[in-house]
Amino acid sequence: MSPAGLGLGVLAVIVLGASLGVVLARNLFHSVLWLALALVGTAGLFLLLHAEFLAAVQVLLYAGGVVTIVVFAIMLTERLVGESIRQMNRGVAWGAAAAGGVFVALAGAILRARPGRAPATGLDTAALGRAVLTEWVLSFELLGILLVAALLGALYLARTEE
Amino acid sequence: MLTACLLLAAAVFAIGLFGVLTRRNAVGILLGIELMLNAVNINLVAFARFGGTVAGWVLALFTIAVTVTEVAVGLAIVIVIFRVRRTVDADHLSLLRG
Repeated sequence: MSPAGLGLGVLAVIVLGASLGVVLARNLFHSVLWLALALVGTAGLFLLLHAEFLAAVQVLLYAGGVVTIVVFAIMLTERLVGESIRQMNRGVAWGAAAAGGVFVALAGAILRARPGRAPATGLDTAALGRAVLTEWVLSFELLGILLVAALLGALYLARTEE
Repeated sequence: MLTACLLLAAAVFAIGLFGVLTRRNAVGILLGIELMLNAVNINLVAFARFGGTVAGWVLALFTIAVTVTEVAVGLAIVIVIFRVRRTVDADHLSLLRG
């Protein structure tokens, strides 16, 4: 097996195991820690696919930012120790059937399409920067406005009434 | 390798969907949505690598940023709901039921 294939296998095991931890952990706080592992594993996958910049963004924004604010939200809405942080799943059979059906449909479509391609070359962070500031510049600026609006909105919602 | 990446993303997407459907805690549901969006990013980066276009990276970058805003607003709403109802159990939040 090639080194890339071996790396992909290891990362796939990490990401899948951590994802199962996210949806099955009894303790909500443990779920968040599993999510952090899944997101870091995905960053490793991005490195394997030669998307170094996106791997850095993934670690900084997802594993750093998102996990931090989720932990804050849990601290505000639950007690970190004791019974209230326990969580149950409901309708596990129906949920598993729906998720399994979606996976079978997706996997069937992927295997039918058989997308066999050689890795492309010439993609680097400089190309990403050029694309973002030329072809995609309007979407990029709109994204900045969305970020400001959403964060101000979240601040307005979560502030205390005084 | 592309097929393996796409299958991995499909599996992560299905696991996230399972979490969204079965979790009772609103924060737990948000974590499931995170997993599903993460699976989409795996797809986009794999397509960029094997399709030879930078558009997949750009879209993945946009998805990450939009996800961050989604989590911030979603958690703010969860905190407001907790302040009003003292619970974030989705089964008990039926205020809008007609």
